Amino acid sequence: MTSAAAPVVTARDLGLTFQTNDGPVNALTGVNLDIKKGDFVSFIGPSGCGKTTFLRVIADLEKHTSGSIEINGMTPENARLARAYGYVFQAAALYPWRTIEKNIALPLEIMGYSSAEQKQRVERTLELVNLSGFGKKYPWQLSGGMQQRASIARALAFDADLLLMDEPFGALDEIVRDHLNEQLLKLWDRTNKTICFVTHSIPEAVYLSTKIVVMSPRPGRVTDVIESPLPRERPLDIRDTPEFLEVAHRVREGLKAGHSYEE
Amino acid sequence: MNKPSLFLDRVLPVLTVIAVILVIWHVAVVYLNAPFVRDQAARAGTVVTLGEIIPQTFNQERPILPAPHQIIAELWDTTIAKPITSKRSLVYHAWVTLSATLMGFGMGTVLGILLAVGIVHNRAMDKSLMPWVIASQTIPILAIAPMIIVVLNSIGISGLLPKALISTYLSFFPIVVGMVKGLRSPDVLLLDLMHTYNASRTQTFWKLRWPAALPYLFTSLKVAIAISLVGAIVGELPTGAVAGLGARLLSGSYYGQTIQIWAALFMAAALAAVLVSIIGLAHTQVLKRMGAKP
Repeated sequence: MTSAAAPVVTARDLGLTFQTNDGPVNALTGVNLDIKKGDFVSFIGPSGCGKTTFLRVIADLEKHTSGSIEINGMTPENARLARAYGYVFQAAALYPWRTIEKNIALPLEIMGYSSAEQKQRVERTLELVNLSGFGKKYPWQLSGGMQQRASIARALAFDADLLLMDEPFGALDEIVRDHLNEQLLKLWDRTNKTICFVTHSIPEAVYLSTKIVVMSPRPGRVTDVIESPLPRERPLDIRDTPEFLEVAHRVREGLKAGHSYEE
Repeated sequence: MNKPSLFLDRVLPVLTVIAVILVIWHVAVVYLNAPFVRDQAARAGTVVTLGEIIPQTFNQERPILPAPHQIIAELWDTTIAKPITSKRSLVYHAWVTLSATLMGFGMGTVLGILLAVGIVHNRAMDKSLMPWVIASQTIPILAIAPMIIVVLNSIGISGLLPKALISTYLSFFPIVVGMVKGLRSPDVLLLDLMHTYNASRTQTFWKLRWPAALPYLFTSLKVAIAISLVGAIVGELPTGAVAGLGARLLSGSYYGQTIQIWAALFMAAALAAVLVSIIGLAHTQVLKRMGAKP
């Protein structure tokens, strides 16, 4: 990773206000953030802090109402039209009537890749998420963790440099989660993608990220941005080192500071 | 769990119900047809015992309620024993009704799907069409059927098409309702996913909405084919049609041929059962090909 890497996401004083029947709700206010190429950025905070909303603004699934945001120097809409990112949802969201390989081929079909190219890319991404040999299975024949890996493979199948992940392992048990976190880091290392990762687990955020964005609710805002001092190479037992615990402590303090207990 | 036995799990329950129905039926035959036997005896000035009444109630020419064996004999006589080309063959009449049913069902299905696609994709159509679709089914079909036939006849359209249109009128409804629900069934997540791929509306339709709606479509098709048959029979009633199961029902009731009415009813029921199970079979096959959990 170079320090002069190109910015992938640049947000300046970004705000989003939802108009609801109970009046306006400030989902995001005054968000300033730079994400560089190759970064692994985690967004952490209690529910309602706007972490998912921010990801959805990047993905052009929500429109910001104030400030500015650029993805690869483009508006979110143009970035989406240029297919700049792959999105992984909290649920695997696989199509039940398609086999795993057909699910991974879905974006490729839509984007008009040739069938030879599709086949080759499906095989490569299946291998990348350790699902080789499961291509012909239907989603219900796979465990929850394998389904989520298939959905990551689907987001990797086309050439988007940015991977947006919205609590992808939130519904899985801790053992599976640890395993997938480790694999995700390896995958990030191999593919050199930029990853935005929403989570509400402090260990997960610290273990994975090069940059941790701590957020707090009412109104949704960024309270702290922590550049992780941890090395890029991270075995699972790095979580017992003092450096790791120190970062985790700072995240916890940031969460505590942003949370107004009077409410 | 024990291995499911075809006899114990499937055949026996059905046979039990049939046996109960047959018992009730035979009792009803005696009860309903006995007054006629007694009247005849009174007119002839003879006294009949119960032992003499019972056999006679099972073999009347125009009973109030025919006995099952009479209906079976009539069915045999009008299907197997008659050439299909004969105007008295029930197979011939069933074919007349079936062709109107299938034509109406086909048109109803196409119409229903097209309307549902429009309703799902166009807000104006959703707001304006749906109330009319529902209102259309509150009009009794018996009231509207003669008018359709008369109006079409006056502009020179007669025969198969008017009857088929009544089937269409009935069968498009479950298709519209089922398909609107089916086409809207995909999860928001799956729709968002299509959005992130910048998929066109056509791609979203064929890759997501249509496959998601197929199970709903088949459920609707089962209802639609059954009421298409009802529509075709109803279409034959008010017009004095000379052929078709409806015509058999009508002429049977004109001439007090209860056995003929019941035979036509049984034929209609059998036809409906066959049609519904063909669609059921197609349903299972399609689900299997779509990788559904067995």
